[in-house]
Amino acid sequence: MITVENLTKRYGPHPAVDDVSFHCEPGTVTGFLGPNGAGKSTTMRMICGLTAPTAGRATVSGRPYRELPNPGREVGVLLDASAQHAGRTGREALTLSAYTMGLDRREVAAKLDLVGLNAVAAKRRVRAYSLGMRQRLGLAQALLGDPRVLILDEPANGLDPEGIFWMRGLLRDFADRGGTVLLSSHLLREVEAVADRLVVIGGGRIVAQGTKDDLLAGGGTLVRARDGAALRRALDAAGLTAADSADGLLVQADAEAVGQAAADAGVALAALRPADGGGLEQLFLTLTAGESTKEAVR
Amino acid sequence: MTTTTAPAAGAVAPRQHAPVRRPSLLRLTAVELRKLVDTRAGRWLLITIGLITAVIVTLQLIYAKDAEQTFVNFFTPSLLPIGVLLPVLGILSITSEWSQRTALTTYALVPRRERVVVAKLIAVVLTSLASVLVSLAVAAAGTLVASATGGAGTWQIDASLILNAVILQVTGVLMGAAFGLLLLNPPLAIVGYLLLPTLWGVLGEMVRPLRGPSEWLDTSKTMEPLFSSDAVTGEQWGRMVVSLLVWMVLPLAAGLVRTLRREVS
Repeated sequence: MITVENLTKRYGPHPAVDDVSFHCEPGTVTGFLGPNGAGKSTTMRMICGLTAPTAGRATVSGRPYRELPNPGREVGVLLDASAQHAGRTGREALTLSAYTMGLDRREVAAKLDLVGLNAVAAKRRVRAYSLGMRQRLGLAQALLGDPRVLILDEPANGLDPEGIFWMRGLLRDFADRGGTVLLSSHLLREVEAVADRLVVIGGGRIVAQGTKDDLLAGGGTLVRARDGAALRRALDAAGLTAADSADGLLVQADAEAVGQAAADAGVALAALRPADGGGLEQLFLTLTAGESTKEAVR
Repeated sequence: MTTTTAPAAGAVAPRQHAPVRRPSLLRLTAVELRKLVDTRAGRWLLITIGLITAVIVTLQLIYAKDAEQTFVNFFTPSLLPIGVLLPVLGILSITSEWSQRTALTTYALVPRRERVVVAKLIAVVLTSLASVLVSLAVAAAGTLVASATGGAGTWQIDASLILNAVILQVTGVLMGAAFGLLLLNPPLAIVGYLLLPTLWGVLGEMVRPLRGPSEWLDTSKTMEPLFSSDAVTGEQWGRMVVSLLVWMVLPLAAGLVRTLRREVS
């Protein structure tokens, strides 16, 4: 279990993380979503005691991270797959961690096997690893102490589609066995497939959180007509707000209201459906667009 | 109607561990010792130190006068290259965590950073003690060969000289580690460690008003009595302590504070 209460981190006057609160329950995967620079990594570092918060607190399994006696046995952490000594072999990196945690040496081979790094790869220096291999090594390191909580920052970065699919299965299984997973991403699709809950952050603040289903339900209706301008006029006339999306207009209303508005104005529809997966994407874009633009020009 | 007492949702008990103990300082020290030799940089630094020591003794066997081929004369010169290079190992042990970004893993596994730092200090001190043993062994080998090839081969050595060697090497690696802790950047710490005390010595020679303080602060001067076979006087010890306070204890303390507070990313 992870509890984050009013975490704030300021660098000078600029708040990188601003009053962030959420919690992750055992048995669930929580997706931590936000554009690059939104404060995901800073929040995760604060949870892991690597960055001191300006205000607020975070606990893992009921304790502040720094007070965990042997954190590796409780929490598996992967914050940056590239943060490995380039001159050590993959096996050596894991051996050091295993020895620090007081684990049996056999765990190293078992976890290397689990993440799909074979004996040849394990003997190579990390310098020669691709990003995908580093992610696998980082995941092996996080899983090494058989923790009950996983905190993973952008773990799918650099993985091929097969690898991403494999990782989803692994995380789902971990949560189904009672584990707690917090995983961040700036790509919705990655998280959508595996997360039960979503926490969306933009510009250091939480802009939405809840179960994936709840957030998806707020996705609205997707509608398209050959005469787009007429459709927009019809929706405006009915007092419905419409936003542009890749597949047409996204309306914050149910299909019936949208269909009626179009029929009243005599606009022939080409498509009318609840915005499913795409709804989340729209939500993500609308919720974070302003902040990410700000981020880009800063 | 039958009632079933179904377990509440989410009651899947996470696997309970046996009570986990924090890693002991002994364990952490062993990990840090291993880190000193499990990279090419560390391994080659140690091999280089060994080779240089062997070369010095060999040169002495070939070129030194027979009467000078004694245990003491083989032992003392080997201290210098080790004394210069070994602290670099101490510096790398601390700074590579930041330059290679392994601090992210190290401090996630051991969030009490001061314990890692103490383990590193113990590890480099143990290495410096081992280096004195190596110096003794190489000198012994040299003496054996010398006595077989007509050199003096005298074995006599004052215990105080060995103690001095230990002090020299231990303070050396600790000074290196202190610079590493304070600067947290390998090139900066190595250059700082090698250059600053020397620079201070040069300044002390050139600038008259600095000559007095330099007698107390220039480690190359204050540590010099350790090389000689004469007994170290009380005042010499005093100067040594003062210079070490400035170049070892102070950076060590400031560096520890900096390392504890620094954001790991």
